[in-house]
Amino acid sequence: MSTKKPVVKTDDEVELIRQSSLLVGKTLAELATRIRPGVTTLELDRVAEEFIRDHGAYPGFLGYNKYPNSICASVNSAVVHGVPNDRLLQEGDILSLDIGVIKAEYWGDSAYTFAVGEVSPEVRQLLKITKESLYLAIEQAIAGNRTGDIGFAVQSYAESNGYGVVRDLVGHGVGRNLHEAPEVPNFGKRGQGTLLQDGLVIAIEPMINMGTRNVKQLKDGWTIVTADAKPSAHFEHTIVVRKQKAEVLSSFELIEKAEGQLA
Amino acid sequence: MAKQTSIELDGTIIEALSNAMFRVELENGHIITAHISGKMRMHYIRILPGDRVKVEMSPYDLTKGRISFRYK
Repeated sequence: MSTKKPVVKTDDEVELIRQSSLLVGKTLAELATRIRPGVTTLELDRVAEEFIRDHGAYPGFLGYNKYPNSICASVNSAVVHGVPNDRLLQEGDILSLDIGVIKAEYWGDSAYTFAVGEVSPEVRQLLKITKESLYLAIEQAIAGNRTGDIGFAVQSYAESNGYGVVRDLVGHGVGRNLHEAPEVPNFGKRGQGTLLQDGLVIAIEPMINMGTRNVKQLKDGWTIVTADAKPSAHFEHTIVVRKQKAEVLSSFELIEKAEGQLA
Repeated sequence: MAKQTSIELDGTIIEALSNAMFRVELENGHIITAHISGKMRMHYIRILPGDRVKVEMSPYDLTKGRISFRYK
């Protein structure tokens, strides 16, 4: 459906998007220190909003298409777009946090799936494979390749591990708007799709389900859940396509440090 | 935040309206209005009531679609 031409970003624009994306990483790391059984996603949402505003930026999701909060908090079988509520997190849950930030008129978008306390080995494996699929996808994001190469990388890796790749939701270009051309599906055929050019900023976000690939939307009009109620993982980086190797603009470094300190 | 991509569904043509628009009954039972895609127009592919077709729909408006393929 989206056949608009992607807009390449100048180096200055890329730098601004990098600042926004790094702030998302910092915010996720701040939330990481607070994730434990007994906490609610609504509390995390409040912390995130305050943190983002304190850094001179605007929580982009708030009010986006009438979205009511600053973060998406998707627990267990929720894939993405979970609305923060007052349900207490429990040991064994997985929590996927997606945050968008606008700073100096440019967006940053990143997401990470956390384990709450101890989780089962199957779930831990799902998180590991999904995160690795993101890195495989980023390797494909070089000038001259196409979005189908990115999608093929994610799909083949995830499906070879027996997981389902969500079809209904896709990655996207990033810039002054959150969702820009091109669409970056997590499935595809090599050599197909939109051509990637040097300076193109995209958000790659593999959404991988433990069971079926099928999803449905809840009556709240936002939350997307797996059709078989099995867990789903989601990781996202905002990157810029370059000639030899993509530059990752967001960062998991602080998040992983925070995770390491909790474990 | 992930973006919702266009949904591809199959349906059958119920009636032909004017301006290359058609009323289509989707496999899930819904009846929508769809227009013929430019690519099909360019190649002079005709669609008649009773044909099975593939329809592309935006998740943001589930009453309109684009007919992208006619099955044999």
